[in-house]
Amino acid sequence: MRTIRFLLFKEFRQIFRNRAILPLIFVVPIVQLIILANAATYEIKGLKLYWVDHDLSASSRLLYSKFEASSYFEITGTGFDKRAGEAALMRDQADILLEVPSNFERDLMREGSAGIQLLANAVDGVKAGLGTAYAQAVIGGMNVQLLSEQRLPALPTAGGRPAKLDITFSNWFNPHLDYKTFMVPGILALLVTLIGSFLSSMNIVREKELGTIEQINVTPIRKYQFIVGKLMPFWIIALFELAFGLVIAKLLYDIPFVGSLWLLFGFAGLYLLVVLGIGLFISTITETQQQAMFVSWFIMMIFVLMSGMFTAIENMPGWAQQITYLNPIRYFIEVIRMVMLKGASFNDIQWHVGVMAGYALVINALAVWNYRKRLS
Amino acid sequence: MKRFSGFVKKEIYHILRDTRTLVILLGIPIVQVLLFGFAITNEINEAKIAILDHSKDEVTRALTQRLLATDYFLLEENLQSQADIARIFQAGQVKEVIVFESGFAGKLQKEQQAHIQLILDATDPNTATTLQNYTAAIVMDFQQELNQQQALPASITTRSRMYYNPELKSVFFFVPGIITIILMLLSAMMTSISITREKELGTMEVLLASPMQPAQIILGKVTPYILLSLLNALIILALSYYVFQVPVKGNLALLIGESVLFIITALSLGILISTVASTQQVALMASLFALMLPTILLSGFIFPIENMPEILQWISHVIPARYFITIVRGMMLKGAGLDILWKESLILVGFTCLFILISVKKFKIRLE
Amino acid sequence: MKPPIEVNSLTRRFGSFVAVDNISFAVERGEIFGFLGANGAGKTTAIRMLCGLLAPSAGRAYVAGYDVKKQADQVKRHIGYMSQRFSLYQDLTVRENIHFYGGIYGLSPKALQAKTTQMLEELDLESSSHTLIRDLPLGWKQKLAFSVAILHDPQIVFLDEPTGGVDPITRRQFWDLIYEAAHRGVTVFVTTHYMDEAEYCDRVSIMVDGRIEALDTPAALKKAYGAGSMDEVFVQLARPAGKTAK
Repeated sequence: MRTIRFLLFKEFRQIFRNRAILPLIFVVPIVQLIILANAATYEIKGLKLYWVDHDLSASSRLLYSKFEASSYFEITGTGFDKRAGEAALMRDQADILLEVPSNFERDLMREGSAGIQLLANAVDGVKAGLGTAYAQAVIGGMNVQLLSEQRLPALPTAGGRPAKLDITFSNWFNPHLDYKTFMVPGILALLVTLIGSFLSSMNIVREKELGTIEQINVTPIRKYQFIVGKLMPFWIIALFELAFGLVIAKLLYDIPFVGSLWLLFGFAGLYLLVVLGIGLFISTITETQQQAMFVSWFIMMIFVLMSGMFTAIENMPGWAQQITYLNPIRYFIEVIRMVMLKGASFNDIQWHVGVMAGYALVINALAVWNYRKRLS
Repeated sequence: MKRFSGFVKKEIYHILRDTRTLVILLGIPIVQVLLFGFAITNEINEAKIAILDHSKDEVTRALTQRLLATDYFLLEENLQSQADIARIFQAGQVKEVIVFESGFAGKLQKEQQAHIQLILDATDPNTATTLQNYTAAIVMDFQQELNQQQALPASITTRSRMYYNPELKSVFFFVPGIITIILMLLSAMMTSISITREKELGTMEVLLASPMQPAQIILGKVTPYILLSLLNALIILALSYYVFQVPVKGNLALLIGESVLFIITALSLGILISTVASTQQVALMASLFALMLPTILLSGFIFPIENMPEILQWISHVIPARYFITIVRGMMLKGAGLDILWKESLILVGFTCLFILISVKKFKIRLE
Repeated sequence: MKPPIEVNSLTRRFGSFVAVDNISFAVERGEIFGFLGANGAGKTTAIRMLCGLLAPSAGRAYVAGYDVKKQADQVKRHIGYMSQRFSLYQDLTVRENIHFYGGIYGLSPKALQAKTTQMLEELDLESSSHTLIRDLPLGWKQKLAFSVAILHDPQIVFLDEPTGGVDPITRRQFWDLIYEAAHRGVTVFVTTHYMDEAEYCDRVSIMVDGRIEALDTPAALKKAYGAGSMDEVFVQLARPAGKTAK
């Protein structure tokens, strides 16, 4: 125990003396929480609409005013030439082009139906899909109004009025659909993970690169003592980082914290054993800090993209969803969201706890085994 | 010239010898394209829902059936009471609960109106809004059909056409961004690190003491990375074309030309970082946090710039990747040419000149 | 009592390559033992085995009375080690390095305090005790590293090219420290490329291609090879090896 204490002393001194690490610990979380939380939103508003009207009738003007009033759309161009609108799509000056054909009003009155065309810039498929859905909703609203105003021939329905399915929405856990509420727990998870994997692997490789590990090897320090002494500081720093991030998130965004703080920190402590194990493993397969950095980057990039942080895991194809069960970040992001936003209890996350405990055992055993093998 | 080519060879050997890094450098683009093409998508697919049907009549059953007939939803559970909702959300799997009020069909018959409540797990607002939209659209559709049975009155119909990406594949959207990120990573990060490494190891002194011009040394260092980056760009293009059918509608030669321009922009940024950084670690941190993070987040790669707060939109104007993504998307998907993208191209040229100018200034100060 | 270092037919193979080939020798208490050889002769491999870092393929070696193969941990506890490539942490101060190494060898806080004060005094480093190692001149670093290596009063200290890149005056001072330690009964096992240093040793062994080709006092070696200096002895022995290697 005493040996480990001396190792810890040394590590902390070295870490806090490193000019590159301190800003990483204190500045990065603030910057990430400010930029990432604000930038990472798929919220769609102010879709740019280009309006081509061949009819110029009362009906087409009514539709125009409907779109003007909608908060989803912003009419950025009008004209009588479809090609001008297409050029606007090409130049990213418009997201959607809406074309009202000539005889629009006449067809609507006489034939009971008139068509309009929506052309969407579908480079961003989600935006285009939602955009056309919103446009159809606006048009649907117009339809309802046309009916109720009875500007059209009277309806021969039984009750006189068309049947209506009334839908109401309620958004639980995040009633204002605030993206920050969604992103901040993910960012905190990311921070903890990055500190745990990048810094720990680079730190061990650094001793290799500088040759100091030779000296350590001839001392009576045991392997496990060395490993514990190397990893524990980052375990502590990462947990501190989580606390620091939570405080910043509270101050900046007033993010709710519904669940138990102890539960979250307990799980984070367990999760970090996995991440540190990965860092240790990386350090056993690399020789220089540059390599360690790249390998960590590569692995973390895949883990982060597949973690459900930016895009929902449920949207992935089945096999990809299966793969994400191997991704430790996935578990932590789920747990931190569940605990912070939904107030999940230990019973709700016991499956996650079990998987992480098993993961920690396996990855650390693997890393230590590989570490031993490399030495002899 | 011979001296120069010898120098470039030395650099190429450096890169080829470090197999681990090389594998990663060539592996990253491949894995990223495959991930974004196969696994990562914004499209909703088989979201788990639960239904709380207080009525259980033929209309609610028909509507339920209609909802589940799509690929969007997967029924996880039929709930029995309002209290179940909190429980099932807490368990974390179900994203939406649909509640039909009691006496649904009857009310629809008598009062021409029945009530549906959608309760969403809005922890992920993106999924919540999308699910809400899809559900509403299907319910609307169903309503229209109900009315049609009673002879629907006149209405406006719409025809939608999706330009540039008719199947709304998200890989179309991501590929240009991946190319941009990879080029930035390779060019800026690798050059800045490899130059600082020579500085740190002291080999830079040796090179500077040789009869080579400083400009030649720098050029020699970056040439292999231009080639490697270009190779990567071509791998990504080929992979996305053959595996995911992402088209290159514009002029391929022009696209490659623009890529070279962007690679040079990124390289000059890498050189600039190396003139400031003293150790590899500092160069790494600078590249990673000052460069990669903003490039990924503020370039429009994943998140649309228009939706960001005003101030971030302003910041995004000084991020070169933003312009290159616009160029690649324009050329690949829309078939745009220089007549449309000349402004973005000029801005990149401007950035390059600026970075080189500052680097040269810094370098001179250092020598004095 | 067993000699501090006793080596019997020690052998180490890497695949088909024999790095250390059946070497045997013993080192007495308080002796300064010079371990010479050209680069690649197998010195480093031999030292790594003696320090318990590398298991021998065959043969036996006892260091401080412990078997290096079976009791590597005990061996490590009773030896000191210092090499030219590295010794101390560059980003820690003088005092912090002493504290760290003292701590991991299990010195009590009291002993550690006393040792630190005594060492700083002896090395005349009191005023620099809060200086980072990287800011110290190389010569001081090496002297400090040696003192740290014998901080825990080991029976034996291994010095792997301890004076590389150090100026002649500092080397002289360094050897004074070695003599002092040997005088106190510490056995010193040292490798070097400086032949004048070989002259300072009580006995010298010269390794060629994994074998010990010669082992005796410097005077006896010079006499046996009819040479005027250790330099000549070394060249005579090592040169044929250089040729066969090519």
